[in-house]
Amino acid sequence: MVAELMIEAEGLTKRYGETEALAGVDFSVEKGTILGLLGPNGAGKTTAVRILTTLAHPDSGRASVAGIDVLKHPAEVRRCIGVAAQDATLDPLLTGRQNLTLVGELSDLGRVASRARATELLEQFELTEAADRVLKGYSGGMRRRLDLAASLMTRPPVLFLDEPTTGLDPTSRQHVWDAIRELLVEGVTVLLTTQYLDEADALAHRIVVVDRGRVIADGTPIELKQASRSARLHVTLTAPHPRAVEAITPLVAGRVHVSDNGRRLSAGVDASSGLATAVVRALDAAGVLVDNIEVRQPSLDDVFFSLTGGHIEEDEPQGGADGSRQSDVAEEGVVETAPASAPRGQGDGRQQLEEARP
Amino acid sequence: MTTSVVSYPTANRPRSGSSVFGALSDTWAMTRRNLIHISREPMQLSDVTIQPVMFTVLFVYLFGGAIALPGGGRYVDYLLAGILALNLVTSTMGTAVGLSTDLHEGMIDRFRTLAMWRSAVLVGRTAADLLTSCLCALIVGVVGLVVGWRAEASLPSIVGGFLLVLLFSYSLTWIAACVGLNSKSPESAASFGFIVLFPLAFVSNAMVPTQHMPGWLQAVADWNPVSAVCAAARSLWGDPNPAGSIRAWPMQHPIEASLIWSLVILAVAAPAAAHFFRRRMIE
Repeated sequence: MVAELMIEAEGLTKRYGETEALAGVDFSVEKGTILGLLGPNGAGKTTAVRILTTLAHPDSGRASVAGIDVLKHPAEVRRCIGVAAQDATLDPLLTGRQNLTLVGELSDLGRVASRARATELLEQFELTEAADRVLKGYSGGMRRRLDLAASLMTRPPVLFLDEPTTGLDPTSRQHVWDAIRELLVEGVTVLLTTQYLDEADALAHRIVVVDRGRVIADGTPIELKQASRSARLHVTLTAPHPRAVEAITPLVAGRVHVSDNGRRLSAGVDASSGLATAVVRALDAAGVLVDNIEVRQPSLDDVFFSLTGGHIEEDEPQGGADGSRQSDVAEEGVVETAPASAPRGQGDGRQQLEEARP
Repeated sequence: MTTSVVSYPTANRPRSGSSVFGALSDTWAMTRRNLIHISREPMQLSDVTIQPVMFTVLFVYLFGGAIALPGGGRYVDYLLAGILALNLVTSTMGTAVGLSTDLHEGMIDRFRTLAMWRSAVLVGRTAADLLTSCLCALIVGVVGLVVGWRAEASLPSIVGGFLLVLLFSYSLTWIAACVGLNSKSPESAASFGFIVLFPLAFVSNAMVPTQHMPGWLQAVADWNPVSAVCAAARSLWGDPNPAGSIRAWPMQHPIEASLIWSLVILAVAAPAAAHFFRRRMIE
């Protein structure tokens, strides 16, 4: 059975003056799934969402939502979608409840139904206490939750969330994630844009990576990680040993990197089952004592950086990184739950990175 | 969060927004939104509440004694129509600023993704401003009675005078809407008030008879729609109307002139505003 496509974009292009926001973008989203549109700032994510939500016209290409042509029948599309845009698009002078009711009434839900639905959503998003306060006094996280609630007023089958957690603290972020996961149970189709790899990894069934207006990768999170084949072996020895490098060289791909006066070894590997065991045996046979061994699957950070050509330094991870993540078994699919930091950030973004090159 | 958030297929599908009923309910929702704004920031209303009181007191007691009306009559009776017109004309600046603010905040994008009648953004705004204008008219009338204004006319005629001024100011809100839709920021929309509305309100017979103005200025003032509206209100209220002796056509037929001005402005500015709005929405 072929799954129904609820969102389809074909060859979308869009220029804003000199800037080529989209240079031919294709993707589709199956009913009841979440697609993560992932990319750095200015990659074209928001432009794609604006086209699909009838806010912008593409210069060329085709788009449909819930089987309806976005360009030919924008009014019909608006009946099927909920949108939570990047900047909070609520009225700061109205209360939370008034905002939701306004959206409901403008969507022709009727006054009584709008009020009932607003009360329901306020409760579900844990905003009942703040419901009758003016929005000016809301925290960033509360606003985002209200924005999400507003987009759900009409129970739309297709939902667009443009960077729903940008700028939120970790707790609020988790809150929004939980809310988005709830939607899946109901069969809603979601297009989510994000700059955060961990967010796409945590929520999306499929990820489309965009950079400079083009799709540069498309697949499930696991597929994307496998495609980059950049697993990395990290071994910490009890003491430096002259035969250690020689012992593991046959098991790894490429050169073995030695640091910490010979105590730490690292190398790129083709992650295969039993690799950690093989490495430990080889070192044991050579008489080398091992304190710690770790096979790190590529994180989406690694994938993303290798795809977008992000700038990566050949650097051993910071001292704390290994120490705090002691594990004696090879980890399958280690995914960093990174703090809310931009992946391209020169600072904290890079701390999660460990030599992504294969 | 355990209860169902969304059901698919859509259980209570929104009704069609294209019907007249849908358009009206959208307009009413937008009007209420704008009225809530005013209740949150009552100072927004100062131009239709405090300002009329200040102007009335200022002109009646400060300047009133120095102004002699050609043809006689009490200045306070002459002034009231002018105060009403002055306040309503200058308050249309609020329409320009409010609309411009809406366009520069994210809210408009939310509206654009809803299955609503889009023009409700414009109609709801001007409707809310018309309601505040009615409040202003009430305040001016009451303050006028307190300081001694009396109308020598039947009740329908008096009400007609108020309605004529309200119609004119409503037509001006559509010009203000055009300005708001074309301005780069709410601040530049506000400058519209000083550049256009104040000369429009003051270069007229609103505060002083035009007879004492230099010839060229009097010609401008006599053909200023605000003069026609003030003269019409005065004649409907049975108040002194020195402009009746001026030969310019609008001064001879102030009621007809006021209606023509108002309807022509509406017929041009409302479609123009709708056009500018659509143009702003294209991306």
